[in-house]
Amino acid sequence: MFEILRKEEFSEHITLLEIKAEEIAKKARPGNFFILRINEQGERIPLTIADFDRERGTITTIFQKVGKTTHHLGTLKEGDSISDIIGPLGNHSHIENFGTVICVGGGVGIAPVYPIARALKQAGNKVVSIIGARTRSLLFWEEKMREVSDSLIITTDDGSYGIKGVVTTPLDEILRKERINLVFAIGPVIMMKFVCKTTERYNVKTIVSLNPIMIDGTGMCGGCRVEVGGETKFACVDGPEFDGHEVNFDLLMKRLQMYIPEESIAMNRARRQ
Amino acid sequence: MEARIEDRKTKPRVKMREQAPEVRIRNFSEVPYGYTPDEAVEEASRCLACKRPPCKDGCPVEVDISGFIRLVREGKFLEACYRVKEKNALPAVCGRVCPQETQCEARCLLGKKGEPIAIGNLERFVADYEAERGEIKIPEIPRSTGRRVAIIGSGPAGLTCAADLARSGHQVTIFEAFHMPGGVLIYGIPEFRLPKVIVEREVEYIKRLGVEIVLNAVIGKLYTIDELMNEHGYDACFICIGAGLPMFLGIPGENLNGVYSANEFLTRVNLMKAYLFPEYDTPIKRGKKIAVVGGGNVAMDAARVALRLGAEKVYLIYRRTEAEMPARKAEIHHAHEEGIEFVLLTNPVRFIDDGNGNVCAVECIKMELGEPDESGRRRPIPIEGSEFQIEIDTAIVAIGTRANPLLTKTLPDLKLNRNGYIITEEGTGMTSKRGVFAGGDIVTGSATVILAMGAGRRAARAINEYFKWKYWEFNGAGP
Repeated sequence: MFEILRKEEFSEHITLLEIKAEEIAKKARPGNFFILRINEQGERIPLTIADFDRERGTITTIFQKVGKTTHHLGTLKEGDSISDIIGPLGNHSHIENFGTVICVGGGVGIAPVYPIARALKQAGNKVVSIIGARTRSLLFWEEKMREVSDSLIITTDDGSYGIKGVVTTPLDEILRKERINLVFAIGPVIMMKFVCKTTERYNVKTIVSLNPIMIDGTGMCGGCRVEVGGETKFACVDGPEFDGHEVNFDLLMKRLQMYIPEESIAMNRARRQ
Repeated sequence: MEARIEDRKTKPRVKMREQAPEVRIRNFSEVPYGYTPDEAVEEASRCLACKRPPCKDGCPVEVDISGFIRLVREGKFLEACYRVKEKNALPAVCGRVCPQETQCEARCLLGKKGEPIAIGNLERFVADYEAERGEIKIPEIPRSTGRRVAIIGSGPAGLTCAADLARSGHQVTIFEAFHMPGGVLIYGIPEFRLPKVIVEREVEYIKRLGVEIVLNAVIGKLYTIDELMNEHGYDACFICIGAGLPMFLGIPGENLNGVYSANEFLTRVNLMKAYLFPEYDTPIKRGKKIAVVGGGNVAMDAARVALRLGAEKVYLIYRRTEAEMPARKAEIHHAHEEGIEFVLLTNPVRFIDDGNGNVCAVECIKMELGEPDESGRRRPIPIEGSEFQIEIDTAIVAIGTRANPLLTKTLPDLKLNRNGYIITEEGTGMTSKRGVFAGGDIVTGSATVILAMGAGRRAARAINEYFKWKYWEFNGAGP
């Protein structure tokens, strides 16, 4: 059992959990994810590791309540326990001094971008971060992101905070003015797709982190198949990070929709109970 | 005396009663009911009690088959079970899933004139009898040797090796990546062929031998083998992680929604209990028209699971003929009985999109058999222009697995063959790395439960030898 030590609710939909998982915290690196199963009836879902604290022996995750499992997870309180946590999984981010790097985080994607930005900064990069959300209440970790970035740009779709619009607007502006060596982009699939379309025009390599449906996270089920450069890859063991210019985002979006009817059955049942 | 032997030779095998096909395709309960004590004694009485029984040579774990059958004949069922357990820690599992027809039963002299003795059925009977009576005997464990062994994977190889090592007095820890122990016995083999309570019972027995099982531990990620040996104080490791990566056909449309690997389909149903959705949270597509591709036990399991999830039509597409199918005879027979439609000498060439990213048909090509290939089976060759389509809403690809590199890539000094399987010394499981042994599917490629158990047994023996002599010389054959 894995105890929840701290819970923060950023908004109605976005929650942070800091979970005691000493052994995983020791090994976690930026870019890794983990899989959890809340209880005996639970499904296994992958979540990204937003932060880890080796001293406290904890991992932190930030998630959006989108389906039954994430809603259930959001009802857990400090002191409650999660039955199973498996990790760290996936390849960690490749960090070195690239020069100038733009880190783009959209929605809950801000969470996994944070440790990557921090590591890039520590490696000597100039880090320019762009974080965006639909509206101000869905933004979080502005200060933390500012601490690890040379400059930070904020966008909201509705203009309630920062620049009105999507992350690609300031991204395009920077790319036009400055020589950028690498872009990291994590967020909704549609955001990653358009970030890649933007950076492609400037021929700037872009790393994205994919989050398909998975069961085991160790390569054994093949459920997380993604198409990269025309080849089928398993996001859990070959990724989760890939060269975004090679990724078939449309296929990923389709595959993420596979269980929408079942998800609504499960949600309705959970509401009745 | 002669007359009696003749009599035994001609007497038919006692059939095991089963759920009727039309009933069982609507439930996940076990198909055969098992023998009653009378039936077991009757079947055991057919045994010729050979002086030098050949059946034992057909058993990868060397069970004293004629010895336990004699005890069954005498009505000493518990003693019979203990006799089996001297060599086989998982008799209730093996009685159900071993391919006896190509192993012990293939050697039985009765088989020359009639049907061989039903060794698997009897093994299952004694194991179930012991469990029902609640008289599980725990053998005496010798004083601790102080040696510690880490076993990576809790499938049949790992459980067998753990039991043997615990009985030698070593301290054994099994590391399992999933949240439940049992490996393929839990995620792969369906409930109706191997009830999960039986696996749990066998795992409980292993734990009572003093074996510790650490769940949710992905070795290669959480710890490396070097860390286990150098920092966690293990004196030896046995790697038995299975073959883990599902193979796909590599044809267009394979990533459409509704196309599963057999591993994923079976794991959702067996391990995650998707057949109980929405009581359990893991969903699965309950297709109406399903194509399963492959001819092995896994293909049969997937086809029969699909039927039980409510499919109206299940096609089993295989590129050779039924004679070349690697599945157990009993599974092929059960699949036929349950109404699975075998589409033989046929190979899929592409999956077709319904326009919304879901599979709606599979296009196949007819095959004919040519010259034998390296497996000794006749090679299937496509017949040009014979393409045709089958309308489906779900497809399950069950054409085998390949080596999972997750662990091995963290061990650069471990020698692998060109397909990524670990090279070991025949008979011991020794690898190119001192103190590290390997066995099961990660060495042989996809095989059977009992072969993995045999590898676990041999590794345990070799680990004991290693502790005694501390000698390491690797004689593994090259790739």
